[in-house]
Amino acid sequence: MVNNSLVVVVIASGILFGTPLLFAALGELLAERSGVLNLGVEGMMLMGAVTGFWAVERIHAARPLVLAAAVGVAALAGAALALIHAFLVITLRANQIVSGLALTIFAGAAGLSSYLGNDLHLSGKPARYQFQEIFPKSLQDLPIVGPVIFGQPLLVYASWACVVLIALYLTRTRPGLNVRAVGESPAAADAMGVSVPRYRYAHTLVGGAFAGIGGATFSLSITPQWVDGLTEGAGWIAIALVIFSFWRPTLCLVGAYFFGAFKALPFALQGHGVTVAPELFQTLPYVATIVALVLVSSRAARLRFGAPAALGLPYAREER
Amino acid sequence: MRIERRLRQPWWLTVVVPVLSIAVAFVLSAFVLLLTGHPPLRSFHRLFDAAFTGNGALSETIVSATPLIFTGLATAVAFRMNLFNIGGEGQLYAGAITGATVGLLLAGSPSPLIFAAMIAAGASGGALLAAIPGILRAFFSTNEIITSLMLNYVVGLVLEYLIFDSHSYLRDTSGFEASVFPQGKTLPDEATWSSWTIHGVVLPLGFVLAIAVAVLVWVLYSRTRFGFEVQVIGDSPRAGRYAGMRTRRKIVAVMCLSGAIAGLGGASQTGDFRHQLDPRGLRAANYGYTGIVVAALARYNPFAVVLVALLLGGLQNAGFTLQGADFPAGLVGVMQGLILFCALGGELFVRYRVRFAW
Repeated sequence: MVNNSLVVVVIASGILFGTPLLFAALGELLAERSGVLNLGVEGMMLMGAVTGFWAVERIHAARPLVLAAAVGVAALAGAALALIHAFLVITLRANQIVSGLALTIFAGAAGLSSYLGNDLHLSGKPARYQFQEIFPKSLQDLPIVGPVIFGQPLLVYASWACVVLIALYLTRTRPGLNVRAVGESPAAADAMGVSVPRYRYAHTLVGGAFAGIGGATFSLSITPQWVDGLTEGAGWIAIALVIFSFWRPTLCLVGAYFFGAFKALPFALQGHGVTVAPELFQTLPYVATIVALVLVSSRAARLRFGAPAALGLPYAREER
Repeated sequence: MRIERRLRQPWWLTVVVPVLSIAVAFVLSAFVLLLTGHPPLRSFHRLFDAAFTGNGALSETIVSATPLIFTGLATAVAFRMNLFNIGGEGQLYAGAITGATVGLLLAGSPSPLIFAAMIAAGASGGALLAAIPGILRAFFSTNEIITSLMLNYVVGLVLEYLIFDSHSYLRDTSGFEASVFPQGKTLPDEATWSSWTIHGVVLPLGFVLAIAVAVLVWVLYSRTRFGFEVQVIGDSPRAGRYAGMRTRRKIVAVMCLSGAIAGLGGASQTGDFRHQLDPRGLRAANYGYTGIVVAALARYNPFAVVLVALLLGGLQNAGFTLQGADFPAGLVGVMQGLILFCALGGELFVRYRVRFAW
């Protein structure tokens, strides 16, 4: 059966494993396009994961409603954390790197997410509801496209919609062009009459919401449960992914599935009786990111593919 | 409300603001505790007792603080040149790997020789790893923040590979238990670093070394030509280049120095405390990332790094001791995060004058 072949299994599970990365990376991409580097993705994802799981445990309603509410709660939790970062770096002009790291320490595996998980007694049980495949079995059994396209939970399709919407937003809409201006040259954007702080706040918050949803993808779909440090560093991969994709949403999708496949491959190979060291395999996304970063470091490439020029820099109108 | 940049920063602000920030952070933590139904004052009292005043608490705090001094100094050294080395985590792992390897290889040699070799190996392990982002930054102008961050994960995974998924020299392969629960080979007794006890407080060799490094860093940056050039290049790379300073070479040198200090932390972990290569323990401790926090709180001053590391180390140690049914796990991370948020916010009042006009 072709659907059990290694390639199909790796692609299908690569897409699933890549989805939380994709959500988080899209969010980080929006924040970075506005000039705000947020290294707190890991923390925001963990908070999304724990609050989403909590919502599923505590809200009593029909299954779709509960899951929708859980995703909403996770997005809110991510956005709330991003608000701390936004306030510190935009209003108080604090160092973005330190603030982002503080966010991850505050909320991360030994912080608030673990505190809430323990205090609300969430760990050690399966989720009451989880996202499941939505297409009928007959479609899922189609060769190749069955598992790859039709065998995915709803969140995967939602992420595809987000990729298209964000790509259109950044290239075809007025606010999308404005946010790119804010990220490249805040002074010019300011002179144009675009409010730099407002744009940065909005995109940092939305970025946090996306990270929260990415975290909830773990606790409600991939590994439907809560344990401390559930995301296992996915937030950092998401940050790498944004660079790897040259700040482009469509490339983000490709990169996320590429990185997801790296995660899936050792397990799939094991199913075929081949053992490879998963650790060494998992270093590849990081190495690939470093290589990609070096390749776009030259002056010409940086203008074409590089980071937003004002990434990481605070903007104060009176110090221009 | 208007925010104006201060032309001169009064010195007392640099002391008052951090202290007030920490106080505010404690108040905020009290709110977190109250909201989740824990008595704040009692929790703080227990925390303080377990960190500093309890029986043997100070010795344990020093154990937690030692790696943070190393990683904090590593960050501070690089930041003086406006380089952000957030690879302290990976460089510490690298130092732990090289330190443990040398410790095992030299089994049977006299202790002082092993100590010296482990220290040298740890420092070079960290320095070699830090050289990668340093060279990429100096010659390809690749952002060192991201490359050093990525390397943390690469080395972290290599660390796990060495113990859990290979038959490396560092893995304990003797006996039945070792084949079921993979773990690092235990270092010989002669490779266990010495410690001294003063008034009941245990001072491990690594801690003494960390203090010595802090002094050396201070001397280097305030009393030598190297330190002066580093700060000039940090403030204005252009000015440095016009003055004939070799900026590229300096970037690599400073990154290597920073990595070497973090690597020493790794060697101290194996020599002083763990006596084997312990991937899970090292990765869970997050010494590198916490070190960045330490350096930022200390405003990149080497002596302040030592003090802040003792404070945060105390918190960590207390959280570890008190972990249990009635003490909320994760509180320590929450408090560290809050302290840092407040310190970052407080920074505004040092650099800017805030005027209220209505």
